[in-house]
Amino acid sequence: MDKLFAEYKDKLPKIILDELQEKIPAKAGEARIRKILDAAVNEYNASLVEPGESVGLITAESIGEPGTQMTLNMFHLAGVSEMNVTTGLPRIIEILDGKKEISTPMMEIYLKKPYKDGKGIRELALRIKEIKLGETVQEFVLSVAEGKIEIILDPKKLEALHVDVDTIAKTLTKQVKGIQLKAKDNTIVVNTKKESINEVYKMKEKLKDTFVSGIKDITHVLPVKRGEEFIIITAGSNLAEVLLLDEVDDSRTISNDIFEVQKVLGIEAAREVIIKEVYKVIEDQGLNVDIRHIMLVASTMCFSGTIKGITRYGVVSEKGSVLARASFETPIKHIIDASMLGEEDQLTSVIENVMLNQPVPAGTGMTGLVVKEVVKEKKKD
Amino acid sequence: MTEEYQQFVHKQVSSLVFGLLPPNMIKKMAAAKIVTPELYDKEGYPVDGGLMDIRLGVIDPGLRCKTCGGKLKECIGHFGYIELARPIIHFKFVDIVYNLLRATCFDCGRGLMQQADIDKWTARLIKIEQDQGLEERRDKTKEILVELKKTQKCPHCKAQQPKVVFEKPTTFLENEKRISPIEIRTRLEKIPDQDLELLGMKQPFVRPEWMVLTVMPIPPVTMRPSITLETGERSEDDLTHKLGDIVRINQRLFENINAGAPEIIIEDLWDLLQYHVTTFFDNEVPQVPPARHRSGQPLKTITARIKSKEGRIRHNLAGKRTNFSARTVISPDPLIELNEVGVPNVVAMKLTVPERVTEWNKDYLLNYVKLGPTKYPGANYIVRPDGKKKKITDETKEQLLEEIQPGYLVERHLIDGDIAIFNRQPSLHKMSMMCHRIRVLPGKTFRLNPAVCHPYNADFDGDEMNLHVPQTEEARAEAETLMMVQTQLISPRYGLAIIGCTQDAVSGNYLLTKYGEYPRQDAIDLLFKIGADDTMMSRLPHKKTVTGREIFSALLPDEFSFSGTALDGTKVEIVNGQLVEGHMDLATLGGEGKGMMLRKFNKDYGGAKTLVLIGMLMKLGIFTLQKEGLTTALSDTDLPQETQDAIDEILVKANETVEDYIQKYRKGELEPLPGRNIKDTVELEIIKTLNRARNEIGKLAAKSVAPRGGSVVMINSGARGKSINLALIAACVGQQALRGKRIERGYTDRTLSSFKRNDLGTAAHGFVKQGYSQGMTPQEFFFMAMTGRDALMDTALRTPKSGYLYRRLANALQDLRVEYDHSVRDAAGRIVEFLYGDDGIDVSKSEKGKIDVTKIMEMAR
Repeated sequence: MDKLFAEYKDKLPKIILDELQEKIPAKAGEARIRKILDAAVNEYNASLVEPGESVGLITAESIGEPGTQMTLNMFHLAGVSEMNVTTGLPRIIEILDGKKEISTPMMEIYLKKPYKDGKGIRELALRIKEIKLGETVQEFVLSVAEGKIEIILDPKKLEALHVDVDTIAKTLTKQVKGIQLKAKDNTIVVNTKKESINEVYKMKEKLKDTFVSGIKDITHVLPVKRGEEFIIITAGSNLAEVLLLDEVDDSRTISNDIFEVQKVLGIEAAREVIIKEVYKVIEDQGLNVDIRHIMLVASTMCFSGTIKGITRYGVVSEKGSVLARASFETPIKHIIDASMLGEEDQLTSVIENVMLNQPVPAGTGMTGLVVKEVVKEKKKD
Repeated sequence: MTEEYQQFVHKQVSSLVFGLLPPNMIKKMAAAKIVTPELYDKEGYPVDGGLMDIRLGVIDPGLRCKTCGGKLKECIGHFGYIELARPIIHFKFVDIVYNLLRATCFDCGRGLMQQADIDKWTARLIKIEQDQGLEERRDKTKEILVELKKTQKCPHCKAQQPKVVFEKPTTFLENEKRISPIEIRTRLEKIPDQDLELLGMKQPFVRPEWMVLTVMPIPPVTMRPSITLETGERSEDDLTHKLGDIVRINQRLFENINAGAPEIIIEDLWDLLQYHVTTFFDNEVPQVPPARHRSGQPLKTITARIKSKEGRIRHNLAGKRTNFSARTVISPDPLIELNEVGVPNVVAMKLTVPERVTEWNKDYLLNYVKLGPTKYPGANYIVRPDGKKKKITDETKEQLLEEIQPGYLVERHLIDGDIAIFNRQPSLHKMSMMCHRIRVLPGKTFRLNPAVCHPYNADFDGDEMNLHVPQTEEARAEAETLMMVQTQLISPRYGLAIIGCTQDAVSGNYLLTKYGEYPRQDAIDLLFKIGADDTMMSRLPHKKTVTGREIFSALLPDEFSFSGTALDGTKVEIVNGQLVEGHMDLATLGGEGKGMMLRKFNKDYGGAKTLVLIGMLMKLGIFTLQKEGLTTALSDTDLPQETQDAIDEILVKANETVEDYIQKYRKGELEPLPGRNIKDTVELEIIKTLNRARNEIGKLAAKSVAPRGGSVVMINSGARGKSINLALIAACVGQQALRGKRIERGYTDRTLSSFKRNDLGTAAHGFVKQGYSQGMTPQEFFFMAMTGRDALMDTALRTPKSGYLYRRLANALQDLRVEYDHSVRDAAGRIVEFLYGDDGIDVSKSEKGKIDVTKIMEMAR
């Protein structure tokens, strides 16, 4: 049976073959399997896209048209009532713009056993969370005369956050320059060597904002149950460092920041994230758009090897035709730039042929038809 | 293009090259030298050497162009030129000039780089262009310019470089002294050709000194036509005004220079000329006061003419106007086919279709000519083989009838069955323009079948639509095969039916298939009314009374089978053309990606048959309702007393729970949810409680209304409304949410002055207790107005945002197409996807983007 399927490998896409393999009963005879497979090939060939089809425009229509029905609601409670996420039209615009800074970066951290089953997940979550000194402190005592700051740490919070005084003292010396400190019990005395009140105060604020433990940029953590297993959802994203943790299942953990994913996992992963994120929003809104359209947009954004937004600086600037670029935005700039280099417009795309009243090279305009007129001499009677 | 068929293509532009106009070219292409700002002489005749010189083309009927001899509309106009008394910097190139001044030596004109480096970088730039394209090359050039600008000493002539300062808009300073445009031009002239590639310019398209104008082209008069006002006065175009200023000041400058006027006067005039030339090219330069009309409104000059939505490119080049089109209000007519459009007589007599006269259709076409333009169906024009168009009038008719022979064209009126493209804006997807067959009907509106409202997103509250009549055989063939309504039944967005039964047709079929039972005679009546043919009639069983299902089944072909579910989850089973189980509703008959039975039918029998079926089902539904009667009344939403009591009880309970939470919160006993503070927690709990109560009430209300009431039928069939709407009317409107929260805005610590401060109760934060039928308290009304306004704002803000996103997407993706190897490529042939959608399947040929394997297995049995 496997041999039979291998025969059809080039004729059917893998998804359909796999489904067939699964559904065809094992005891079916060869003739029957062949019959089914042939029927599938026929069906598949009948469903193929016509060459010349303007799939780009159909994609644009398929995403643009329901855009008018999407809500503008910036924030939506994403299944979990505790964390806000940008959804709806603003999120789609954000992704397709190729914005470097997204408004709500998030991560979904999948875990290995035993954390996967919920064991010790809270502790792990807290270890991942970025902790600043301010969060662990009970009281700051400023001694202006000596230029010293006495930091009294809260033992309860220390325990909850799984940090101890020594590690705090160590990170402080590493990160803040020009201070001396002594750690004792739950207090750290910092000698700032500063004299004015202002400077001491400033130093205190600086200390308060110093990163103590956890992973940077991860501002919130939330263990939740997704299906059968427990995962950690975070606000803020730092994929590179999270993936290094031993407890994390690095094959499934993902961020919603496309640029970060591109940096850490590469362009193909970034394309997947674009598809996933856009599709999620569209599904959330209860709209119906086929995934092929979203795939095409994501491919267009990624096929050059870097992420290019659907803007005049991104995808549109890549176009070969001067007139096509000029017809989008800032026409004068494009015409001047083109004239500096004596650019030649080969008229290979759609819009410039529309401008010149010529057939467009897509669909029925892609093919040429040659009619050779055979002039028969008319016999006169 | 091979030579073989080049001979059949008359004219085709194969490429366009961009570059700057050299001064000698400006002179060469000019038809006249312009020397005087005067426009017309005393008789109103254009002055020679003036801006309206007839060598530049004509805009007056009766005059002939001196250059080409063409009359108005024949001559497209010719450029002229003026000699500028002193060089003027072209404003659009100041940035480039500034870069050049800083990147080249002021003395020897070489690029500020060692010769070896120049060669190296030039070669690298050319390589980048070949490998990565022009865009990358521009970026690299920018980097090189930054480097060059840092160089202090010329490596070629060892001259120390002075710092050049650019003062907006057009002045350059060196050592705090102004560099005159003459000096700038001589410096730019000194830059050798070999260094230009490095500076981002290519030979022979650009020479830097061309950016400082010595001669200026004058656009042809046809580009700036004057209009004659009713008073007989002439009103000149903005560009003519601006050019007049330029010529006038230019002449004054010449005179002053020749007369040896003091330097200051010359400088002033020079600056003024610079100002006029700058505003001629762009009247919206920052820090330059825009040139204005006497009325104070700014002139629209070259830049404004090109850019923006109303500019030349987007308005006139990318968007075209068309003849042979009509527009009027639309109204519904369920009795015409889905792929027909009702066209009023008046329109049918104005729009025409050209038909070529042959030996065989001569008599047929002569009949149209005989009737002429005033009687329907007649003809308006005939076209002779040499292209001369003749209007048919009572006077010319006789003669034309004699004259017509094979080879002539007759532009005859529209008749039934002609092809037209029907469109409603905004044309958001390809189903917004579909091809229909014409039905000429009395009246003054376009008629369309209500089933095709959805793809157009049309309704009949005054919508207008456009109709286009294709004029060539190719256009008609293409429209018919690619755009006809039956080819558009399946949306390429999601692969399901987009056209289906709507509104009354759905509830009619629902009633028919669920409850219907008629005497056989009535059933035959019904089928006859919807245009059923003999085979359909014969499918009706010979019984005294037939059920609705049997009437419905009569329309289905004998082999058709389908199984699916109805909206309420019950099974629908069609076996061999008989509806054996379940009833029809939106889930089986609807459009908008819902009607699964229609999707199946389309797959089995094709678009044309599906279209006919939808048309019949529409009529069947509507006529059933005409028999049964369907109305909506307030009594549909009446609830029995015990339900009313139960609802009240739920409300009281919910209120108590909320009060409980508030008490706990006040006392500080509330346990915060993870990641939230206590205030948020109490709000969340209250919202949860109230929503739960509202849902309970909704369910209760939906359960206890009469099942055959009109509103309920509409809801259950999916034709219109949701059960939530019923609950809103009958029982309880519920919490008004503003930005995901209860209403919190208003006065200090309270929403309205009729509440106590810090009242956290349900009523004080926008919970509407009653249903619409009971009415609202003033406070409730006010809260609803708040959320209503918020919703309006949301729509108003969303439309332009999504519109812009759409425009960007369309612009970015418009060149992508599928090649013969099923890869997706852009205009340059770069591969975007190796196989469209990773499997090459066209969404509109799939079922929801998938190929149904189970069905294939069944079929192959």
